[in-house]
Amino acid sequence: MLDLSKYQSIGGALKDAVEAFANETCLIEADRERENLRLTYREFRERTVPVAKALQDAEFAAGDRAAIIMTNQSKWLIGAYAIFYSGGVLVPLDYKLTADEQWQLLKHSSARVLITEYPIWRQLSAAKGRAEATELQMVIVTEAPIDTDLLGGVRWEIPSTRTGEPEFRPRTRGDAATIVYSSGTGGRPKGCVMTHENYLEQCVALTSLYPFAPGMRYLSILPTNHAIDFMVGFFGPFICGAAVVHLRTLRPEYVREAFVKYRITYVSLVPLVLKNLQKGLQTRFDALAPGKRRVFDALVAVNKALTKRQPLLGLSRLLLKQVHEAFGGDLRAIFVGGAFTEPETLQFFYDLGIPVANAYGLTEAGTAITVNDLKPFRADTVGKPLPGMEARVLHPDANGIGEVAVRSKTVMSGYLNEPELTAETIVNGWLMTGDLGRFDLTGHLQLFGRKKNMIVTEEGKNIYPEDVESVFESLPVKESCVFAANYIWPQRSMVGEQLILAIHLEPGQSLTPALRQEITARNNRLLNYKRVRGIVLVNEDFPRTASMKIKRNVLAERLAKLDRSSAVLEL
Amino acid sequence: MRTVEQTTQEVLDLAAKHFQVALGSLAPDDDFFKKLGINSLQALELLSRLENHFGIELPDYEVQGVSDFRTLASRIQSRL
Repeated sequence: MLDLSKYQSIGGALKDAVEAFANETCLIEADRERENLRLTYREFRERTVPVAKALQDAEFAAGDRAAIIMTNQSKWLIGAYAIFYSGGVLVPLDYKLTADEQWQLLKHSSARVLITEYPIWRQLSAAKGRAEATELQMVIVTEAPIDTDLLGGVRWEIPSTRTGEPEFRPRTRGDAATIVYSSGTGGRPKGCVMTHENYLEQCVALTSLYPFAPGMRYLSILPTNHAIDFMVGFFGPFICGAAVVHLRTLRPEYVREAFVKYRITYVSLVPLVLKNLQKGLQTRFDALAPGKRRVFDALVAVNKALTKRQPLLGLSRLLLKQVHEAFGGDLRAIFVGGAFTEPETLQFFYDLGIPVANAYGLTEAGTAITVNDLKPFRADTVGKPLPGMEARVLHPDANGIGEVAVRSKTVMSGYLNEPELTAETIVNGWLMTGDLGRFDLTGHLQLFGRKKNMIVTEEGKNIYPEDVESVFESLPVKESCVFAANYIWPQRSMVGEQLILAIHLEPGQSLTPALRQEITARNNRLLNYKRVRGIVLVNEDFPRTASMKIKRNVLAERLAKLDRSSAVLEL
Repeated sequence: MRTVEQTTQEVLDLAAKHFQVALGSLAPDDDFFKKLGINSLQALELLSRLENHFGIELPDYEVQGVSDFRTLASRIQSRL
């Protein structure tokens, strides 16, 4: 592993990494049973040169912003390397957003360059938001069919007229490295400005617990725009000379095959996928003949007893050989994050000798705040703060529960173009997480719900009411507003979170089937995970500010007086 | 060669069978996430089943953002 304390920027560290590990395997890309690509670090570097030249030919300057909207694949990392090498600020965007949402973020981030895949560009270029992103000057399109009109885009394979090597542009630790949108496709996008120092420090902390090395293989499934995959599926493995495996399909059957075929060392998953794996394994265990099942259960019990204090991977692999072989036999840990994971799911895997390192974090904090260090494994907590991370609980109640605040070199510099929001979020150097937690006597953090008005789905998606409210604008009612149900009625729980729509009807109006249908139709315009799940009828005017903005906190307090079970009508 | 209507009907029947709901209870414009109460992983399982049935390969990116049976059927039809 490179000594990151010597580096000023991601670009500088990556530049040295590709030289230091030139002959090691860097990337493997597979599509179903076919292997598309396998690159060493030397070959990876060679592929970045034309992209860096294309950027520099287009007068892309140090500090300029370049967005990537791509599925997980080799060109994501090649493009990102070229951007950092050229001193650029990377804007990684979610390929699952709608074209209009993507345009909104491209505009908000003032990206000058976009690197994207042809199927995404096909949708983007047809969307009306294109005209608004006036600063976007160059679109590099990958996987474009031959002879296709790229509608103003240029081919990834475009030859450069520039001779020689592209210029490496150094950056300093305090410069912006990325703008990562933690949410916000509504009126107020939250673009977290992350510095080079944020990443360099986080990488040191994470690899001190879960080290990478040449020969190790990380399976990249979570979208690379997400802070977790960016760190453990790109920067972390690269500065240690490990390999990253990309799959062009995420069908469970091919993902399972990939574990075995590529002998995966680490993978990161969201709770939903982990639960799905659990379900699949449980079905297989339940199908065992009674005799075999007894033997299996006995082996699990032995493993459980022997790994109580710490994981013993070698022993677990011997005891529960078939289970471990189904995961390729070299799996060291599954990282799970992005949303809260239920303790029984974590325990299920740990009992099989497969350590699940659950983490808690926020993009704003520089990915992870706490990680389960497995010494010992504690399914009921999200682990201890990472090295270098100061965490405390503010204004604890009688049970020791309060808002979690953190201070670290990994905390973002602020939200792009939002000084007020930044000042509310980072107070005297402490990042207010909006999550409620408590530290136990051993320093492990337990979470108990949220203080903020938002939900996190099992797929790791952060949804803010403001992001979905626009579809209900001009609904034929007096006024409406979206809330996270648990914000109104705190549940001390991190699971089963829902959004609800509060509506105030016109005098004499009632919630007719036609109105319900209208609400449902509008709701269905949202992606499934963003939809509201219930309606609450309010029979008085919403409290508003002088500028007529809804006072959400005051309205929430009023709604809190209602009984949740009878007030929320299922949609 | 199937017509798009036939393809749509086969998609509906297979989805009903796969998720064990009554045949005929699904309509082309239904949102399958909502109607069947499934998540993105379960939708991927359905895609694999549809691929086997129609003997085609349907890349994940082709169905990105698709949530109703009619559009899904049209993407299948274009590959038949």
